[in-house]
Amino acid sequence: MSRHVSTGKTRNKFLSTTATFILGAVAMSHSAQATEELNALVWCDHTDPALIEPFEEKYDVKVNLKEYEGTGAGLSIIEQSRPGDWDVFVIDGVDVHRAVEMGVLAEIPADALPTSDIFPEVVMAENNVVDGKTYAVTEKFGYNTISFDKTKVDPKDMEDMSVIWSDKYAGRIAVYDYYLPVIGLIGLGLGIDTADLGADDMPAIKEKLFAMKKVSKQVGEVVSSQTALATGEVDILVGGGEWITAVLSEEKPNLDWIIPKQGGLRWAQSIGVMKDSEKPDLALKFVQYIMSPEGQARLATSSCYWGMPANAKAGENLTDAQKAALRWDDQDGYLKNSQLYPIPDADLDAEMQDAWVEMLQQ
Amino acid sequence: MATASLETRENRRAWGFVTPALLWTVAFFVIPFIVMAAISLATRKGREIVMAWNFDNYIEFFEKAHLLKGLFVSLEITFTVTIISVILAYPLAWIITERVPQKWQRMALIMAILPFWTSYVVRSYSWLLVLAQNGVINNTLVYLGVISEPLELASTRSATVIGFVHFFVMLLTLTIYANLVQMPPNCRRAAADLGANGFQVFWHVVLPLTLPGIMVGAFLTFVLCIGDYITPQILGGNNELALPQVIMLQLGRRADFPMASTLSIILMVVVTLAYIACARWLKMERT
Repeated sequence: MSRHVSTGKTRNKFLSTTATFILGAVAMSHSAQATEELNALVWCDHTDPALIEPFEEKYDVKVNLKEYEGTGAGLSIIEQSRPGDWDVFVIDGVDVHRAVEMGVLAEIPADALPTSDIFPEVVMAENNVVDGKTYAVTEKFGYNTISFDKTKVDPKDMEDMSVIWSDKYAGRIAVYDYYLPVIGLIGLGLGIDTADLGADDMPAIKEKLFAMKKVSKQVGEVVSSQTALATGEVDILVGGGEWITAVLSEEKPNLDWIIPKQGGLRWAQSIGVMKDSEKPDLALKFVQYIMSPEGQARLATSSCYWGMPANAKAGENLTDAQKAALRWDDQDGYLKNSQLYPIPDADLDAEMQDAWVEMLQQ
Repeated sequence: MATASLETRENRRAWGFVTPALLWTVAFFVIPFIVMAAISLATRKGREIVMAWNFDNYIEFFEKAHLLKGLFVSLEITFTVTIISVILAYPLAWIITERVPQKWQRMALIMAILPFWTSYVVRSYSWLLVLAQNGVINNTLVYLGVISEPLELASTRSATVIGFVHFFVMLLTLTIYANLVQMPPNCRRAAADLGANGFQVFWHVVLPLTLPGIMVGAFLTFVLCIGDYITPQILGGNNELALPQVIMLQLGRRADFPMASTLSIILMVVVTLAYIACARWLKMERT
């Protein structure tokens, strides 16, 4: 699945596509001869060949990638798989504990990871370390917030979260179809910190959720949300951020994003080795490659979506334009004005998902 | 004695032919269905599935409006699609049978079934491009000055219905065409000789004789439409959920197999009821 939305440049695109196809065929013939295979359950940014191929070539391995969206979907896949089917797991940073409790992740030797190179705010030991043992490492982060077309909406309006349930932009709003960040954002709009969000807050959140649905045009997954914003189908995307707009920065400079005054949500994805992996050493090498400055730069600018690399040294491998699109120099302020995803227990999670389905049916 | 032995041999042969299909059905339908029915009586507690052997999921389905609405949305879409498809397919089948020269009929039928050669996903995304705000229809209408602002066509129930109708009208055309070509021309001639005008011939002779084709096509449309997940997902814009979408949410996001099984059983009951109604009606027509 590609999150890249193309516009024009047909001939060049055709030539580059043909070249990519030929290179892909060559790569596939190489992979077919690879001596080992590694199975990774990942988010779509890891499916970019530019990220995976250098590792495959270096270690003479074929990396089989299965992408998913949302922790629930990922854990469902694992529950439906046999032990040992998966070697590497990319997961929401806030859900690492959940995966550890389920016995999904293996301990990683802390000294095997470049922890000292990681931006201190996103090391997030409270998430990735359980009982003093490291189970995952933050690999990429960014913000679920408000993306918009600055030529069609007033950027000043976007500074206030309540815009997502007001009538001013009715019919011009798309909502990213992932209940956790959007419910978290609504919570922030109501002045509830994500860490404090509980069952008592759900009635108020549901009310705003339904109001938001009333003024929105669509609720869609990554590709349809991004396409809707890029093609002008909608002018605002709730739950968007740099991961939606940065990848389009060259072709669609009219797209922008903002963290409203009430704050935004910080997403952080972690990567770990599966407990039942039959190739833990190779899996760890994959994690180390992803965490290396080169791997981090490629992951940050993946064709599926962009996001800030966790490793500060990745900056050496990014161009100035890429850094500008990622707003590399503004991260201090953004980190201060953002909170992590809500971490619901099983009951609250079910209640949130019910509210989400109810919202979709409004 | 010899007759009885012959009958026994014939019976054995018949069982020999039927057994593989029977085993297939038992292995891939009956057993999975029993398993699904059993799981629908379980409960999801946290991340565990507990075999509780109760009807809580069924009760929850009828208590939670957003789950129940999935069924109503599915039924509304399915009935709309079926009715529109019949209305469009009948004249098309009639034209192919009556107006297209026999040597071109095969070509006309191939043209009619062309949409079957394209996958659901590709066809649905193609419709999205046609119906989008910057799509073919809106751009053309704006260019021609018919409208000043693009119409809201994509991400609506209408878009879902259009996508479905495009597919199922062809299916119905085939079943109705099969009835029309088999109809003896003498029936119409006899009615005309007895003084019936064109409309009366159609209403009292042609339509009743082609109703079995319509019913079979309508039933197939009903079954395929009510169970489809892809078209509402792509064209509906997640603005309302059909029952298969609700089932997918239970599986994909929550791994709630008991509730997904419950919803699937309910879907099967609806299809079974539609089949019983259809079969009963066809039987009544024949007697």
